[in-house]
Amino acid sequence: MESRRNPRAVVDPKVRQVGFFTSSQPDSTHQPDPIASESHPVASSISPSGNSLSPVMIPPPRHNSSDTFLLRAAAAAASAVSPSSFSYSTRRDFPDGSMTASPGRVSRASFSKPSSSLPGVGMDSMAAAKSSSVPASGLTTVSVVNMPPGLSEKESDQKKNSKPLKEKTTKAERRALQEAQRAAKAAAKAEGGKAPLVSSGSVASTNVKAAKPAKPSSQKNDVAVAAPGPSEKKGGQTEKDRKKDAPHPRMQYDDESRVVKAKRRAVVKQTEAKNRVELFRHLPQYEHGTQLPDLETKFFQLDPMHPAVYKVGLQYLSGDISGGNARCIAMLQAFQEVVKDYSTPSEKTLNRDMTAKISSYVSFLIECRPLSVSMGNAIRFVKNRIAKLPITLSESEAKAALQSDIERFINEKIIMADTVIVKHAVTKIRDGDVLLTYGSPTAVEMVLLHAHELKKKFRVLVVDSRPKLEGQLLLRRLIKRGISCTYTHINAVSYIMHEVTKVFLGASSVLSNGTVYSRVGTACVAMVASAFRVPVLVCCEAYKFHERVQLDSICSNELGDPNAISKVHGREDINYLDGLTNNANLQFLNLMYDATPSDYISMIITDYGMVPPTSVPVIVREYQKEHSLV
Amino acid sequence: MPDVQSMVLEFVNKLRKRKIEGSQATARCTVELLRSVISHHRVPHANQASALIDAVKAVGAQLVAANPVELAVGNVVRRVLHIIREEDLSLATAAVAGLDLLDASDDDEDVNGKGIGYPGMSAAVVAAAARSTLRPPSLQTLLEGTPESATVPYTSSSGADSESKTADKSSITRKLKHDVIEGVNQLIHEIAGCHEQIAEQAIEHIHQNEVILTLGSSRTVLEFLCAAKEKKRSFRVFVAEGAPRYQGHLLAKELVARGLQTTVITDSAVFAMISRVNMVIIGAHAVMANGGVIGPVGVNMAALAAKKHAVPFVVLAGSHKLCPLYPHNPEVLLNELRSPSELLDFGEFSDCLDFGTGSGSPLLQVVNPTFDYVPPSLVSLFITDTGGHNPSYMYRLIADYYSADDLVM
Repeated sequence: MESRRNPRAVVDPKVRQVGFFTSSQPDSTHQPDPIASESHPVASSISPSGNSLSPVMIPPPRHNSSDTFLLRAAAAAASAVSPSSFSYSTRRDFPDGSMTASPGRVSRASFSKPSSSLPGVGMDSMAAAKSSSVPASGLTTVSVVNMPPGLSEKESDQKKNSKPLKEKTTKAERRALQEAQRAAKAAAKAEGGKAPLVSSGSVASTNVKAAKPAKPSSQKNDVAVAAPGPSEKKGGQTEKDRKKDAPHPRMQYDDESRVVKAKRRAVVKQTEAKNRVELFRHLPQYEHGTQLPDLETKFFQLDPMHPAVYKVGLQYLSGDISGGNARCIAMLQAFQEVVKDYSTPSEKTLNRDMTAKISSYVSFLIECRPLSVSMGNAIRFVKNRIAKLPITLSESEAKAALQSDIERFINEKIIMADTVIVKHAVTKIRDGDVLLTYGSPTAVEMVLLHAHELKKKFRVLVVDSRPKLEGQLLLRRLIKRGISCTYTHINAVSYIMHEVTKVFLGASSVLSNGTVYSRVGTACVAMVASAFRVPVLVCCEAYKFHERVQLDSICSNELGDPNAISKVHGREDINYLDGLTNNANLQFLNLMYDATPSDYISMIITDYGMVPPTSVPVIVREYQKEHSLV
Repeated sequence: MPDVQSMVLEFVNKLRKRKIEGSQATARCTVELLRSVISHHRVPHANQASALIDAVKAVGAQLVAANPVELAVGNVVRRVLHIIREEDLSLATAAVAGLDLLDASDDDEDVNGKGIGYPGMSAAVVAAAARSTLRPPSLQTLLEGTPESATVPYTSSSGADSESKTADKSSITRKLKHDVIEGVNQLIHEIAGCHEQIAEQAIEHIHQNEVILTLGSSRTVLEFLCAAKEKKRSFRVFVAEGAPRYQGHLLAKELVARGLQTTVITDSAVFAMISRVNMVIIGAHAVMANGGVIGPVGVNMAALAAKKHAVPFVVLAGSHKLCPLYPHNPEVLLNELRSPSELLDFGEFSDCLDFGTGSGSPLLQVVNPTFDYVPPSLVSLFITDTGGHNPSYMYRLIADYYSADDLVM
């Protein structure tokens, strides 16, 4: 979210002096990269020059251009366009003078809040935009003020370095630069000593820690935004901002000490599978089917757990709910229930306590099944919304606002997005097409059904694979609607690829290097299709995009039940491996996902339109911004 | 020889019903059948070789027609034909050499006499046959043989020569059949022993801590891996399960029984795992003359993935799997569709599969092919019982085993 220039401002001061310290600096930096202008104000406010001048100088001169860019990017999502552009354009109208004081911010937010409930999106997102960009700059300003102006040996060093430029830089600017450096150094020290989570010093940190194992990325971001007030470690802010850009490490299950820690907290007592594949030690693999009865009996003892969350968790565990969208919607609806039944305990604030609660629920859900990227994004959204709730709101108002926010997320990001995707994808289906799909992607199914409703004449090849055989369910549904289908196994995909004209695939997530992370086997299908010169179209809602990158399917994945492989459902004659499941020499690997390299993918159809995989990082950046600001 | 006829019919039936599986088993049965055909065949006094060839060809045509997809049958028939031609040729040259000693002056005639047993065949073919007997073709035979045959059309003569010659020939006829059966026995031996021959080379290709991916169940692959294991190499094997026949399960079971570190993966995980694999080893169903491979279904996917990740794709093939034909549209023409019941539960989908619905064609079709074709560009190496070869060298290897006139049967 913050631009990449921000860390450079600290690390490489000389460059900054030359490039940015001229009088017309904001404009000159803006020119080459108008798209990045959204993030630039924050960067410049942190940079020394921004501090030396008044914070008001954070000029959003490029906002218009970025608005048009957004308009273009989001032209597809008609619903999403107007709010975002609205929020960005209105932002300029607010005076930025209140930046240093947090009360000012709050009052502004509260002023905008009531209006948000009327039309919904626009004002809301604006308020969020404000508050997210404000604390960063406000904090650095404070930190500069706090720093003693005394000369250290570093300072003198700096002076020598900057001598040639002396006439160009003012004293205040130089000092600000040094302060920034020092702040960075202090932050680095703090970073080394403690975990970054602790340094944020928020109440939520303990709970965050509990949830850390699986999704530290979202948590960390949330904490950073969740503690907008002037905290003690202001210097850490820049460091944290830089951290935000980089993907966060996930829990690695080969790290024994952490696994033990995580286990102590765990509600679900999972037993580790014994016979495991060496290559996948870093991923959790548990004995399946053992925890369910145990958990069911625990139901009445776990009073902190909300029953709705508990139910969803059990459904994940047993596999009753699967598929990215279904899981995400189920979780969000559970959270809605949570919000509805929530009452703030005395001596606690709603924002922090609710965040803590959600975090603990999330860690429970993770124990049931690792989160998908889409769920991570949704959780991040919910936490953002909680954090941004104005303090002045009464509890019932806040709850209502949250519930409507979650509802809106479901409608807008998932349901509306799907309809937009269908609208786009249908234009790619022509009469006489032979379409191939793999597994049972919901978005593709909707596309096919809609195309059929439009009386397009096409045939569908459903490719399936063990052990889930989800394709059979899709096959059933398609045939019920009268679509002519051919069914086969993934092994035969190169046999049938000759007749295919287009391949439609679903995705669990699209990563910012264009890699499509999806049901295992998708990569095979895409590879064979590209070998046969058949275009591959991936349908994926934009809320599943993630800034993470991945090159292979091994570093991060999910392991399914290994016993599902040794036993072939419905084929009693295949029993070669019956007595061997505990043999030390024999392992079963049940991968759930794989990563399809972007060069196999012709096009990604999302709610922002149809884009090549190379455009994914652009959408991720723009979307994430909107996402966190909404 | 009614018994031979019934044997042939029985074997044809087996082939037709796909009772015999695996190219090695088929090849063995075929050779054994052909051996009994040859041994029971009453050889006429004249033209024994051509009579034998005709008999073998007749039986071979039946067998090939019974299961045209099982290329090993045709390969073995051609091999046997080749043996007959070769034995005949060597006998003829021996006879010529003997005659040369007797009567050196009659040289020109005797060179013609070499053509005995090759009725209706130009000397150019004889020369080709001579070339394919692994003897280096000498410049002299080339220069002498071809012009003469071009000018002097061959007349099929059997006993038109001297008294001593016919006496020789009667011994030749007896000897020919004997030699051919010897040769066929050798072929049987070779087919039976191809696993060991290939497995011997395992140690040269598998290094310590290697990760090997394989799919399908091939005895050759099993022996190959076990041979390396016996030589104290420790390595891991990923086995793709090979749905819908799950032969990977079978292979995994046997590998585990022999103490190899085995991991069973789903077929869909092949691409995900290939980046951590050092080598893909596959047992072929047949190897075509262009170096293309017909293997168990799913092989093409693995080969493409291996190519993408620059993982060597090694094909193990006994010499009976080398097919002298060039493939045309092999995915379809050299393939076989198995029962849909392996993929779908009929009980569940029976209403969609029948032809009674309106348009006359069912809404649902199920495709369940048996084989997959891998183009030669995706193959890194062939390991046969004669050693390792490039895909581009396959045509030459094949020329050693078959004579050119048997290619079309």
